[in-house]
Amino acid sequence: MTGASGSKMGSTIGSKIASTFRRILDSDIWYKFKQDPIVITATIVGLILILSSAFAPLFAPHSPFDLKTLNLSDAFTPPAWIEAGKSQFLLGTDDQGRDVLSTIMYGSRASLVVGFAAVLLSMVVGITLGLMSGYFGGALDAFIMRIADVQLSFPAILIALLISGVARVVIPNSQHDQVAIYVLIFAIAASGWVQYARTVRGSTLVERNKEYVQAARVIGRRPLAIMFAHVLPNVLGPVMVLATLHIGTAIITEATLSYLGVGMPATQPTLGTMIRIGGDFLLSGEWWILWFPGLALVVLVLSINIIGDWLRDALNPKLR
Amino acid sequence: MLAFIARRLLQSILVMLTVGFIAFSLFNFVGDPVALMLPPEATQADRDEVRKSLGLDKPFYTQFAVFVQNALQGNFGISLRLGRPVSQLLAERLPATLELVGVATLLALLVGIPVGIYTALKRDHWSSQVLLTGSLIGVSLPNFLIGIFLIIIFAVWLGVLPSFGRGDTTQLGFWSTGFLTVSGLKAVVLPAVTLGFYPVTLIMRLVRSEMLEVLRTDYIKFARARGLSNQAVHFGHALKNTLVPVITITGLQLGGLIAFAIITETVFQWPGMGLLFIQAVQFADIPVMAAYLCLIGFIFVTINLIVDTLYYVVDPRLRMETSSAGGH
Amino acid sequence: MNKNIAGPQNGAIRLCAPFLTRTIISALAMMVITFWVGICCAKPLRYATQDEPQTLDPHSANLAVTNRLLGNVYEGLVGRDKDFKMVPWLALSWSQPDAKTWRFKLRPGVKFHDGSPFTADDVVFSIERALSANSQMKASIQGVASGKKIDDLTVDVVMKEPNPVLLNHMFFFRIMSKSWAIKNNALLPQNYKDKEDTFASRNTNGTGPFMVTVRQPDVKTELVQNPNWWNKASPEKGNITAVTLLPVKNNATRLAALLSGEVDFVNDPPSQDIARLRAAPNITMILGAESRVQFLAFDLTRDELLYSNVKGKNPFKDVRVRQAIAHAIDAETIKLKVMRGLARPTGTIITPVDQGYSKDADIRLPYNVARAKALLKEAGYPSGFEVTLDCGAAQPPADICQAIAPMLARIDIKVTPNIVPTANYFQKIQKFDTSFYLLSWSTPTTDALYTLQSLLRSYSGDSSGNGDSNYGRYSSAQMDQLIDKIRIENDLKKRDEFIREALMLANDQLPILPIHQQLWPWAMRKGSTAILPPNNVPYFFRFNLK
Repeated sequence: MTGASGSKMGSTIGSKIASTFRRILDSDIWYKFKQDPIVITATIVGLILILSSAFAPLFAPHSPFDLKTLNLSDAFTPPAWIEAGKSQFLLGTDDQGRDVLSTIMYGSRASLVVGFAAVLLSMVVGITLGLMSGYFGGALDAFIMRIADVQLSFPAILIALLISGVARVVIPNSQHDQVAIYVLIFAIAASGWVQYARTVRGSTLVERNKEYVQAARVIGRRPLAIMFAHVLPNVLGPVMVLATLHIGTAIITEATLSYLGVGMPATQPTLGTMIRIGGDFLLSGEWWILWFPGLALVVLVLSINIIGDWLRDALNPKLR
Repeated sequence: MLAFIARRLLQSILVMLTVGFIAFSLFNFVGDPVALMLPPEATQADRDEVRKSLGLDKPFYTQFAVFVQNALQGNFGISLRLGRPVSQLLAERLPATLELVGVATLLALLVGIPVGIYTALKRDHWSSQVLLTGSLIGVSLPNFLIGIFLIIIFAVWLGVLPSFGRGDTTQLGFWSTGFLTVSGLKAVVLPAVTLGFYPVTLIMRLVRSEMLEVLRTDYIKFARARGLSNQAVHFGHALKNTLVPVITITGLQLGGLIAFAIITETVFQWPGMGLLFIQAVQFADIPVMAAYLCLIGFIFVTINLIVDTLYYVVDPRLRMETSSAGGH
Repeated sequence: MNKNIAGPQNGAIRLCAPFLTRTIISALAMMVITFWVGICCAKPLRYATQDEPQTLDPHSANLAVTNRLLGNVYEGLVGRDKDFKMVPWLALSWSQPDAKTWRFKLRPGVKFHDGSPFTADDVVFSIERALSANSQMKASIQGVASGKKIDDLTVDVVMKEPNPVLLNHMFFFRIMSKSWAIKNNALLPQNYKDKEDTFASRNTNGTGPFMVTVRQPDVKTELVQNPNWWNKASPEKGNITAVTLLPVKNNATRLAALLSGEVDFVNDPPSQDIARLRAAPNITMILGAESRVQFLAFDLTRDELLYSNVKGKNPFKDVRVRQAIAHAIDAETIKLKVMRGLARPTGTIITPVDQGYSKDADIRLPYNVARAKALLKEAGYPSGFEVTLDCGAAQPPADICQAIAPMLARIDIKVTPNIVPTANYFQKIQKFDTSFYLLSWSTPTTDALYTLQSLLRSYSGDSSGNGDSNYGRYSSAQMDQLIDKIRIENDLKKRDEFIREALMLANDQLPILPIHQQLWPWAMRKGSTAILPPNNVPYFFRFNLK
């Protein structure tokens, strides 16, 4: 969001964020963070998972995308500590001979990319619409909020399913696999913007009438500048909480779509795809194909949710 | 009162029209209905004829009007996958989904409210902390994973509950129910627990936070000061006040659960609307998708309308507000 | 749907409770009897399977999944006994008055499920119906021009050309009631490719041992024993009174249902779970060799592939490319890992049970990556190319496809597996919308001709059935000539020789690439018996459920 760094406006946002950050460090939030072992553990675990998947090409022992290196005769190798296991496949291999550990790393990468991108996209859309809605009010506000109402009538997963279903019809068969990830991001983002828009609108309505905004208006700053430079930084707190919790939901939505077979194609595994494949071997003794990706997904989402939950409590004075 | 309901009704109709318009666009623009209905070797003359017979040569608003008219009569065309009228398919599957959602909701209320109260009253006790963290795990577990675990434990390892389907159903008029047979009752347990998992955590957290807030109010402090027993304060005063938002949210969640059941139904091969819908998505079966969208929209709008009206009746503050707003 | 379902279960009563009179005819009584004698015999069968038929029209789709169900509902003039030997069925006897005529004497007293009598009119009508445009069952009456009613119980089948193995073909030619078809406007077969909705695609009226009573696509299909079945006294008859077919897509769920006793029979246990099933104390495995071969096929007619990065030419038209692919596929490892040993790698499209099978033709090109690479280089693709491989989402096809992708990657052919839900899949390839696909084929006639003609004869698109399943549109004058010779040759020895030649020619030209014959068992509740015939159709009337 700080993309416009060169401009004056951008630097204002930058400094605002920096000062917010400093405030956070000085505040009792940081102190509380240090006091809470669960959140610290969650943060560390989350960071390890995120970093190891972000740098999967560096850390992963194999590349599951390089078909040439796959060997079907390696398929169904159990984890290394089990008798038939091989040391090069720490967590065993799946039905196609892919190393489970590497596939989890690459798979969480895809899951995280989808999750973060979708959250970012819905955040940008939601904040923009929320700001406009709250600042200008009137017919625009009514229009945006009615759309939000309609959309809110439908659960995220349904909207995402609909969009991917429509994409299946519109996009030619041969290109499905290439665009699958964009369709997923769009589908998940499209179902998430309302929350941001509503939160930002609410905060904007409050901020709009405050003296500093009116002062800015009096000295002739344009509405856009006022919104982004003055109003936005003051509504970021709740947005950050929302976003953190939303990432967890987005990752689960992605996994669910892939599990249902309408997400990423089987050749580009995500955690959801892996769980779907693993489900086939639930009863045949090859438990590692399902359990490890499942565990990775739960731990990843859980650590993000713990952080988000803690953040919400820490920022909500009522619950202190 | 009447004005309020009329306005909400008008709003609901507008929402339904919007949903209908989306469904209509799906139908007419996403899938070319002519291409969908004709074999690839059809001639241009064939195409024109079908176009005409479908009314596709008419102006756009006429087409939409026809669509709405058909939709009101429950006519959503023929499923591309199953070759049967969509309305008939949905009607067959509706009871299964509603029964599943009903049981899941009941479960969520029966478990969520007591646990929520408990964690609010004993907020600093270790057991509350465990329950709260547990609920966070519940939120972090994807629904389908919960279903898979339950199948492994109860169907495969223990062999006590069925892993798929609805068991034996009994036909009561148009409604097929699984509640009247042992196998039907057994079959609903695992899917309902799976589906109920999320609302349990939601209701539990909601009850807890509402309770905590109510307990802080002066009203409760006064009640305590009056020397009422803890029990009377907690259940007679505090709980009563928390239940209104809980019921509201549960009502609103009901619609969400119907759509959310898509996942549970897939895992358990539960023959409801969700399973039908997911197969429609995989097959790009536009008529089923469009009809499902309209149906879910309708259920949602109806629930919203009822909840809002009830709220209006229950909460006098709202009445004040609208009447003063109306007086402007 | 079908009204007369609540009749007495005569067969069951006679077999196990002879003292019960047949005068008890109410449905309630039937239920009581079933319950009372339940331990002894009469049993409903719950049957879980991966895919269910998308149509019930007996002449619409020639798909294994359709045949598995309809084989219990509709019947043909000739049948097969439990050893798969040809026996009279709806016809009592037949003769060949002249080279161009077969005369069938029909079995008297046979009734359709709706009670109407089975006569020569129905046979003549079914021949017409199976020959009409949308029928995919033309091969079931290969060489037939028309039917002619002689009297109520005599039919002449007039040939346009001789067919020495007509009876083999007619085994899967299903007879439908003419009066019923007229009444319900089902004179023509449903157009399966385009998912036409017809009465006969949702309802049935055959003469067979079971009647469809409930049809809920995706949910369940229920069959009930036909109380008036002509063959109910057959010594082969088992104890199944009703069948509930439950489509359960998810492999693990289906298996869990069998292990926990929720269902009694699974015809497609996932290969990875067969070891577990064998060890399970409550499960019996029914073995048998299905004559089904999994094979790859190529688009051999377009000048540019629909789904490839090669522009302006079609790499598959070069036989060296096809050979390279054959050399690159390690069928032994697929057998070991994907099929868990339950396959027989094969070099030819027909199996040892089929007439015309010859060992000389059953030779695969050896697995040899270096040779494959060299061939590809010779053909002008030293750095390979990209292509999409279409396959059905069922198991094992989807798994085989995914296993093939890395094998071909090793010779730089970048294959993208496109796994399509089974129902869409057949429609897709039947519309010829593919560049490279995996299909499995079984020979219901147990004779090579049907397979050769359907898969390797040039596509004609007429009522001849030529190339009906030749979705790669392979066309070779030499092959066509050989197949035409096989079609009319009456000397079986000569005919076998022609078949051998055709199979060898196929090995040279590789229009299709056989991978293996699958050897899949059925899984049933312990102590039950059933017969797994080479066509892999569960004839429920031969089942005995414990």
